[in-house]
Amino acid sequence: MIVIENISKQFGKLKVLDNVSVTCETAKCIALIGPNGSGKTTLIKSILGMVMPDAGSISFNGKSIQNDWQYREYIGYMPQIGRYPDNMTIGQVIDMMKDIRHTSSGFDEDLIDAFGLKGMYNKRMRTLSGGTRQKVSASLAFLFNPKVLILDEPTAGLDPVSSEILKEKIITEIKKGKLVIITSHILSELDDLVSEVIYMQDGKLMFKKSIELLQKDTGESKLSKAIANVMINSIV
Amino acid sequence: MKKIIKYVITDILRNKIVLAYTACLLAISFSVFSLEDNSTKGLLSLLNIILIIVPLISIIFSAIYIYNSAEFIELLVSQPLKRKAIWMSLFTGLATSLSIALLVGIGLPVCIYEFSITGIMMIVIGVFLTIIFTGIAMLAALQTRDKAKGIGITILLWLYFSILFDGLVLFLLFQFADYPLEKIMVGISALNPIDLGRILILLKMDVSALMGYTGAIFKNFFGTTTGISISFVILLLWVIVPVKISLNKFNKKDL
Repeated sequence: MIVIENISKQFGKLKVLDNVSVTCETAKCIALIGPNGSGKTTLIKSILGMVMPDAGSISFNGKSIQNDWQYREYIGYMPQIGRYPDNMTIGQVIDMMKDIRHTSSGFDEDLIDAFGLKGMYNKRMRTLSGGTRQKVSASLAFLFNPKVLILDEPTAGLDPVSSEILKEKIITEIKKGKLVIITSHILSELDDLVSEVIYMQDGKLMFKKSIELLQKDTGESKLSKAIANVMINSIV
Repeated sequence: MKKIIKYVITDILRNKIVLAYTACLLAISFSVFSLEDNSTKGLLSLLNIILIIVPLISIIFSAIYIYNSAEFIELLVSQPLKRKAIWMSLFTGLATSLSIALLVGIGLPVCIYEFSITGIMMIVIGVFLTIIFTGIAMLAALQTRDKAKGIGITILLWLYFSILFDGLVLFLLFQFADYPLEKIMVGISALNPIDLGRILILLKMDVSALMGYTGAIFKNFFGTTTGISISFVILLLWVIVPVKISLNKFNKKDL
């Protein structure tokens, strides 16, 4: 579904992505794992067309995403740090997104209801806590029933109840056959979600393995232990 | 695109600065016209407002608005929208609301007190300057992520166009006083939209006689229909070129 071929990106002298190639098929939950500053967010932003790679190409459903914008209709994106116009209220932001983005399959307001955002519709974005912002970001990502969900650190800053709600939601979406790309540092949370792992380091893609293969290679059943094993032994 | 423009304009109206700007312009215009018994004199006072205040407000307000919309832009870019549509909506929203402020704040009083070809020319030039400086501000705001630096750049640009440029031209005139520079001056004035606007309005006011021989040359060129048409084409270029360059930059920008 998403094919990334040899993309590189440099910010000044810093090489953030170094010749990364990866293919993501539909109906999978892929975990994007790597140390801080390994290029995970840049890779995600390249898929969304927010960052323009210096070299290489990305295609979505067989079509190059360069100069294309319609493919984003199939993507729901939850940013790591959700930034919204300060003087708009939650309700205004959600209504604006609904107004700007059409959907054929109806709105999916499950998360808005589950997080109780409707009761806070009049709160201005500026006054929100980090966790509430995350809830708005998550609700917006799922709102349009997209085929692909890209979640950048979805549970960071969420309280245990909310992060459990979000996890349940992610699991139901995976069961519907959607492609979910998720980055997180809380590996224990990913255990019951992911089917494949992409490991990145210093802008390079070290490996892409199914979870079974990773467990077999490292001899660990828990994802957190398996990744720790990889980081220590640098198995590639 | 229409929808984004709608959101931009509601947002601009909500922060009330443009409304205050309209009220200030209205107050200035009405007081200028009621102080002078001769409304042409009033027009001359308004000329300075149009040539100095209007570009200043347009360039600074637009630049600050673009910086403050960083979140809004970031939110929209990840959605199924063309980047061109986002950027042009911001430009259209800003230019429209500032132009309407000018039309109400200066256009209305001028139409009431001095509805003449000079008055209309002044309003048209005012709208052009508003749009041109909005475009320049958008280009300047893309040059750097640092807000203070970006707004500094716009202030310097305004200083250049409204003060420094004239100084440079005068300097050149004195240095090369022995040469016939009158015709070249016509060309040089195209390099600054404020100058171009000033000449176009002054010539309509028939005060060009005060400008001596250069004034006569100007009248020969800018007084003709071809001259006026060429001037408006140049003003139009001043609108299109900065916006086009900023659009190309925005299309390649990493967010």
